Amino acid sequence: MSFEPKIVAFLCNWCAYAGADMAGTSRIKYPANVVPIRVMCSGRVDPEFVLDAFEKGADGVFIGGCHPGDCHYVSGNYRTRKRVIMMKKLLQEMGINPARLRLEWVSATEGKKFATVIEEFVNEIKELGPSPEGE
Amino acid sequence: MAKIAMYWGAGCGGCDVSLLGIHEALLDLLDVLEIVFWPCATDFKYEDLEKMKDKSIDVAFYNGAIRTEENEHIAKLLRKKAKLLVAYGSCASKGCVIGLANLSTKEDIFDAAYLHNESTKNPDGIVPQEKAGDLELPAILPYLKTLDQVVEVDAVIPGCPPPTPVLVEALNALLEGKTTFGKEVALCDECPRKDTKPDKIEITKFYRWHEKEDNGDCFLAQNMICMGPATRAGCGGECIAANIPCTGCMGTVSRVKDQGASMMSAIASLMEEEMDEEKERELIASIHDMVGTFYKYSAARLLPKGRLKDES
Ligand code: SF4
Ligand code: SF4
Ligand code: SF4
Ligand code: FES
Repeated sequence: MSFEPKIVAFLCNWCAYAGADMAGTSRIKYPANVVPIRVMCSGRVDPEFVLDAFEKGADGVFIGGCHPGDCHYVSGNYRTRKRVIMMKKLLQEMGINPARLRLEWVSATEGKKFATVIEEFVNEIKELGPSPEGE
Repeated sequence: MAKIAMYWGAGCGGCDVSLLGIHEALLDLLDVLEIVFWPCATDFKYEDLEKMKDKSIDVAFYNGAIRTEENEHIAKLLRKKAKLLVAYGSCASKGCVIGLANLSTKEDIFDAAYLHNESTKNPDGIVPQEKAGDLELPAILPYLKTLDQVVEVDAVIPGCPPPTPVLVEALNALLEGKTTFGKEVALCDECPRKDTKPDKIEITKFYRWHEKEDNGDCFLAQNMICMGPATRAGCGGECIAANIPCTGCMGTVSRVKDQGASMMSAIASLMEEEMDEEKERELIASIHDMVGTFYKYSAARLLPKGRLKDES
């Protein structure tokens, strides 16, 4: 049986979540591996959420936010971008491939983009295999 | 008379010293308590502990982490014999600096300690053995564990080692049967430099504290990482009073679970808002050691099974 990764996706209410919705209403298909979690802003995604997701067995964590300049809370996504860079560095030191964490900007109208990046990400995680568990 | 016990697990001994270091306050305490087990200070043997009735110790303090089978055995024994089991200090509660060893395997640690390092000549490759003739040493566990990763813990006294005011408050509370104590605010609140902490900090470069002349202001305002905002108050800012940024030995306030994540989050918010992505990467790359910086005292919690091994 092929490996079906578990992916947690934190999606901001105003852009990425609306984008995912758009993909749904336009009947654009994307893999069912994703568990979407709606947050008000990508800036709400604390590094702790990401670590928690990995600890609980996620194989990949996706964060979707508004394009730079478009965050409904002005600068939440700039903060997120910095956090993600830091988190990737931390994951590397912990022995987790940083590619398992991905940040993308998806606007409310970009249903197609949402489906494409999710599919790309799922395929990438399939290549990487399950998250390491330790002995 | 309350019966108390104190055990020294995998730690530096500083915690044992800190209990002696409360000076006169210890004399007052000695009036109301009886020490039934404290290997560092008194002549008790493990058999004495084994012979005690279950729950016959009122408060047992465990300092140091769990790195050997012996540590693990005593932790379980104390759990059985004591009404309250207390994680004393950062090693017992979070793994502390020695928890950073979880970034390496046991084999790598032995190699660095006994075989290959700048100050060791060991041509015969002699490494301590668990058994030699009829002598036995307790086995080293694959990774370091905190006390609560092995047994249930009733209370935590934070700090490396617990600072005197924190300790005295905790001891008095515990002797009254209370298991929560201490301050629930960030260190910045009681920091001697707090008046110099501006409302808005904009980090444009990270300096390590030997890379820049200290102007006496809040370290974060000087673009030096100080764990104060993510650290629990109680020490009064001991390190800051000695002109060193806080590295977070007191852990966090109780509503925060992950001190490192909380500080990384804070740092991201303090970096200049609209710098371009390239600059962000460069800046963050200049923080050399994420685990050592943000998880100096809690790496054993971050990596309970050691450094992970992701394929590729
Ligand atoms: S908490 Fe600090 S002082 Fe106490 S044993 Fe550990 S390293 Fe030593
Ligand atoms: S960040 Fe550090 S130096 Fe600044 S107020 Fe807080 S504890 Fe003090
Ligand atoms: S300043 Fe920070 S590292 Fe120093 S004693 Fe206080 S809490 Fe611990
Ligand atoms: S509201 Fe979408 S990233 Fe802030």
